[in-house]
Amino acid sequence: MSAIDRVRVQERSLGWHERASERIRQSERVRALFLAGPGGLWLLLFFLLPTAIVFAYSFARRGPYGAVAWAFTLENYARLFDWLYIRVFLMSVWLALLTTVICLVIGYPFAFVIARSPRRWRNALLVLVLIPFWTNFLVRTYAIMLLLRADGLINNALQWLGLIDRPLSLLFTPFAVVLGLVYGYLPFMILPIYASIEKFDFTLVEAAQDLGANAWHVFWRVLLPLTLPGVLAGSILVFIPSVGAFVTPDLLGGGKVVMIANLINQQFLTVRHWPFGSAISFVLMAIVLAATMLYFRIGETRRI
Amino acid sequence: MTMTPTILAIETVCASGMGGMEPLERPIDVELLDVTKVFENGVVAVDRVSLQIYQGEFFSLLGPSGCGKTTTLRMIAGFEHPSAGEVLIEGRRMGHTPPFRRNVNTVFQNYALFPHMTVFDNVAFGLRMKRIPRDEIARRVREALHLVRLSGMEERYPRQLSGGQQQRVALARALVNRPRVLLLDEPLGALDLKLRKEMQLELKHLQMTVGITFIYVTHDQEEALTMSDRIAVMNAGRVLQVGTPMEIYERPASRFVADFIGESNFLRGTVQAASSAAATVVIADRFPVKVPADRQLTVGQQVTVAVRPEKVRLVPIEAPGTNGLLHGRIEEVIYIGTDTFYVVRVSDDTTIRVRSQNDRNRLDGGLLLPVGTPVSLTWATDAARILTE
Amino acid sequence: MSSLATARPATTMRSKRRFSFGWAVLNLNVLLTFIFLYAPIIVMSIFSFNASRQMQVWMGFTLDWYARMIADERVRVAAQNSLVIALVSTIVSTVIGTLTALALERTRFRVKRMYEAAMYLPIIVPEIVMAIALLVFFNLAFTWLDQFFGLKLNFGLGTITIAHIAFSFPFVAVVVRARLADFDRTLEQAAQDLGANEWQTFRHITLPLLMPGIIAGALLAFTLSIDDFVITFFTAGVGSTTLPLEIYGRVRRGITPDVNALSTVMLLASIVLVLGSLLFQRRRSF
Repeated sequence: MSAIDRVRVQERSLGWHERASERIRQSERVRALFLAGPGGLWLLLFFLLPTAIVFAYSFARRGPYGAVAWAFTLENYARLFDWLYIRVFLMSVWLALLTTVICLVIGYPFAFVIARSPRRWRNALLVLVLIPFWTNFLVRTYAIMLLLRADGLINNALQWLGLIDRPLSLLFTPFAVVLGLVYGYLPFMILPIYASIEKFDFTLVEAAQDLGANAWHVFWRVLLPLTLPGVLAGSILVFIPSVGAFVTPDLLGGGKVVMIANLINQQFLTVRHWPFGSAISFVLMAIVLAATMLYFRIGETRRI
Repeated sequence: MTMTPTILAIETVCASGMGGMEPLERPIDVELLDVTKVFENGVVAVDRVSLQIYQGEFFSLLGPSGCGKTTTLRMIAGFEHPSAGEVLIEGRRMGHTPPFRRNVNTVFQNYALFPHMTVFDNVAFGLRMKRIPRDEIARRVREALHLVRLSGMEERYPRQLSGGQQQRVALARALVNRPRVLLLDEPLGALDLKLRKEMQLELKHLQMTVGITFIYVTHDQEEALTMSDRIAVMNAGRVLQVGTPMEIYERPASRFVADFIGESNFLRGTVQAASSAAATVVIADRFPVKVPADRQLTVGQQVTVAVRPEKVRLVPIEAPGTNGLLHGRIEEVIYIGTDTFYVVRVSDDTTIRVRSQNDRNRLDGGLLLPVGTPVSLTWATDAARILTE
Repeated sequence: MSSLATARPATTMRSKRRFSFGWAVLNLNVLLTFIFLYAPIIVMSIFSFNASRQMQVWMGFTLDWYARMIADERVRVAAQNSLVIALVSTIVSTVIGTLTALALERTRFRVKRMYEAAMYLPIIVPEIVMAIALLVFFNLAFTWLDQFFGLKLNFGLGTITIAHIAFSFPFVAVVVRARLADFDRTLEQAAQDLGANEWQTFRHITLPLLMPGIIAGALLAFTLSIDDFVITFFTAGVGSTTLPLEIYGRVRRGITPDVNALSTVMLLASIVLVLGSLLFQRRRSF
């Protein structure tokens, strides 16, 4: 083929290639629409749109009989600055943080032991952790109630052992709520940390020991930094549901421990002040969003 | 450096050893015209590659990792589309035709056997897609398995087979469709050495039996030299040289080819005198050597002369007939069983590696020449080549 | 943990001695945690067989509470509702979730990042937020439909099911997507090389090999639906009940042992589902 012919082949093929590529891109777009469409639509209609409506409501007024009167006002948000409500927010964040820390302290060593067990035991142990994790949350919370009641097992045992004369009121206290939250969300902390430790290269520990590090140094300077992604993931997975918990403070707090979700429930079903409830709901979303962004920020800066 | 079509045609005529038929008359099964592939990240994987692969050839694409050979193969198969240029199969432009409409089949590097199907179902897959009647499928599958010596394994699952057996199932699965061209992407990479050498011969015999065109991708030059009718050496997306194994080895066209295939000594020198077919090059400022050239060089030009270690003869200076081309001293002696390598220093900045066959028992007969021995080196005139980078 | 006295690397003997105390503590932690995790539910299960109404004493083994539970009409209705909702929700979530996973792993489009982030929202956001949003949405939608079309719809099994699908299909998508990400693409290339077009490749190769992941996702969706409380609570309206709602109502009214029986049954059902899901997830693709 002569040089001129070759140039012609090149030119012709370039334009042709571009048109063919465009055709392929179009059919790809159709396919994307077909695959992503159903999920996107469902989410839009039954999640994003509802959330937008709640957002709109938070600026509305409460009409007669609890209906929503369309207006634009910031009074709902302003009302949140009342100490009454601030206290609820603080309490929720505080209890959630407490839960997270306790889960971390219990969960990290737990995950460590499992990750270091012989292989054939590891799967069995994981399954044992997963089983309570998957059983009905309501049922598990109820089971804790049974234990903490005045005539429950713990009080009976303590009385029987002679340690106390009268039953302790364990139920309907912040202690009960935190216990319930830890009980419910501990596996959320254990699993990501386990995944991190499992990937950890333990010859690094040997190298550190060879260089003179003791157990604490090995943990603090080698193991923990490198398993931090798991720790962070577990923390966010525990914190967020805890701060938005409903069932646990409802059953185990019994009205004495009020968290954000209980407040929302109150506003919507009891007091029937929907705009105010919407505002609270949005503040909760803001807290969750802030926590998530914090998580991503920490994750970024610590990227090795 | 791509060879111009004229020279390529001449070389092919000279190299032809196939049953007397003029290679220019043989049908071309696969042709690539200035095929280029640029990926989205800007990497130019294949750069204006033009090839012609004849029917019934065992053609290899040889080159280091990342040279673009696999991408080229995938463009022939249809898994990638060229950014520019044309792929022609049996004379027809393929364009963006998807793989399932091309009359080629591929043997993948990881075999890609369907784990949820038996060996029979794997091999029958292509035939079933073409809706061939059941009894014919059964017959052809059995035939194909017999061809790769796996009869009786029909009901096994891939995970129950060894690596070599899986590889043969992959072969059978491709061949049963009677494609015009078979593409093989480093199929022997996962096998151990002994098995690999066995399979190389088996594949070669298979190809000759079946008569299909094989296009074979490998980074192992020995493999390519063993099996191929012709080889295309690639680097950095370009085809550097196309030729028979002997041509590639004996007359490498560039430094890369001379270095990648086998071993070479690269000697710098200055042209002292030149004609249209040869030049006298002064090596290491001291030794004038006559070297064949493919064109007229200019006096004073700096060139590189390439000569392979096994082509150099080494004789101690005291012995009779020691008028060599160069002389120097032995600097290093490396004994590797079949041969002995001598590293000879001929000047302050030049050493030459010489491969000397151990044709005598070293222990009782010929002793190795000790380090420091002054030696004289010589080689046949056409054993050396002038390279342009 | 005591520190090493010198910088010498610890000898094997010394490290064994030093670490055995640490390991004892760690193992004790594990043991106590397991006890902590299982004790409440085991106690509850045991007392579901207790012949006495009270927790303090054990008055003999009985299946009375279970009998009462089975005979209870409300429980039966609740169980029926739960199952129907779970079945419908599972089927629809699995289909939508699988399509979404395919969209995320196998296609490219401009707003994909946003789409992906949106998909994770139902998983991350606390349930109460979603529950409230749906309550508000349905309420508004029903009012609007009544006003403009005369269509009188109400809260009930339908709204619950829609809500369940909304929060479970992202979970299915995550599970199936994980499976897709690990998928050996050369198998699909081989199928195409052998003459299968895109649909045939999907049908004969991709789908069968993806099936264990899809089933794991389906089991997950089923479990999420059966167990859900918060979102169901706010989208059920009056008159519709599911098993978790039933349990909640009875607990709020006062603890009776038939709640124990019901809870134990739900517990066992969950365990069976979990093990089933795990088995499917671990079943390697051949």
